[in-house]
Amino acid sequence: MSRPSDHYETSRWFKFTQWVNGETDPLSSGMEARPAWRKPDWAGEAAENEEKKDVKAGSRILETRGIRWFQRVYRIMSVVLCLSIILALLWTVSALPPFGHAENPANNEVSARYIERGLQETGAVNIVTGMILDYRAFDTFGESCVLFIASCCVLVLLRLDSENGGDRKRKELEENDRVFEPKNDVILQKCACVLVPLIFIFGIYIILNGHLSPGGGFSGGAVLGSGLILYLNAFGFKRTERFFTEKVYRRVTLCALTFYCLAKSYSFFTGANHLESGIPLGTPGAIISSGLILPLNICVGLVVACTMYAFYTLFRKGGM
Amino acid sequence: MTRLLSVNMEATVAVILFGVGFTMLLLHRNLIKKIMGMNIMDTAVYLFLAAKGYIDGRTAPIVVDGIQETSAYINPVPSGLVLTGIVVSVSTTALMLALTKRLYEQYGSLDLDEILILAKEEEEKRT
Repeated sequence: MSRPSDHYETSRWFKFTQWVNGETDPLSSGMEARPAWRKPDWAGEAAENEEKKDVKAGSRILETRGIRWFQRVYRIMSVVLCLSIILALLWTVSALPPFGHAENPANNEVSARYIERGLQETGAVNIVTGMILDYRAFDTFGESCVLFIASCCVLVLLRLDSENGGDRKRKELEENDRVFEPKNDVILQKCACVLVPLIFIFGIYIILNGHLSPGGGFSGGAVLGSGLILYLNAFGFKRTERFFTEKVYRRVTLCALTFYCLAKSYSFFTGANHLESGIPLGTPGAIISSGLILPLNICVGLVVACTMYAFYTLFRKGGM
Repeated sequence: MTRLLSVNMEATVAVILFGVGFTMLLLHRNLIKKIMGMNIMDTAVYLFLAAKGYIDGRTAPIVVDGIQETSAYINPVPSGLVLTGIVVSVSTTALMLALTKRLYEQYGSLDLDEILILAKEEEEKRT
């Protein structure tokens, strides 16, 4: 095997060294080695044509050469950086306590307390739900707020106003919509007729049984949101706008978040001052039990479902 | 080292996934692929957290038949943390995609370098 290879250019070692040296990009252009003198991809054909026309081509070539050098160094540095991060993390992992042992430091008295007293103190059979919606309810409130704020940011970024030529753009988008999306597709509509009620019932079941079985507001809300999106895809915006407009979205989200905040503030206030909160815990295992967890789950589910639907409509047509 | 890593296989896989995501974030010029890399990194974090909460031979933390001993259930805390992580990653992904869409509308490209060059040219024209 000492014979020098005739096909050095196609050998794996050559490709590997090329890749390490950053002269080829196996991620975007297959495993083809790019000749070193060629311009990098970003300049593309459009820039090539432009360059021919451009009188200032000279300065541009200098600029591209600088950028090419920068890119080569950047690639090498990023590969080195990634490998060193992976190695450092692997080294850390090798010092971690073994997987699945009961004596690991993560399994301390906090989780023991949740498991041993959770049922009495929160009334929730599902310990995780009891934890996130009772002991750590403000954490979950923060999560719902993060979702709400994210949808607000997307609204700010993607909304098309009637001023600034938004109307024209909206019309354009609607025309595009008609080309790319099927309108009144019979197969989709018949399937949606069967599926949408089932998806809604499943989502509502997950939300209402959050304290009894795996699930809760977040997962159930995501299911509800996907059902809404399917309905929208099958029947178009005219049908969904009958019951879901921006006003409805705003009111539902705001009411859910306000109720969550007030209810949990009340229960934390009474709990911290050793007062009687007057919220019955009920019998564990019954559907109406565990105090505030069920209403809070419904609030979170509403927020999540509205946010998912809002994301979809904003990305598709820039408004609700 | 290999023996130590094989005891902690889930954590090892999570770390490698994290590295893959980070490499994608650095090496890809396409913004959508960068966002994908970010999501892979998120997934690695969930895997790591979920693996930290598992204890051999115990069941999910849902009280069955009134058994409330610590030795019967796995650690419920990491599950709650993973939930937080998922929500935050959904929000950040939506925000990043919205920003990408605006950039595409402005410059007609998803390539970060091309966008930077176009932005620079635009600035030069303005001054």
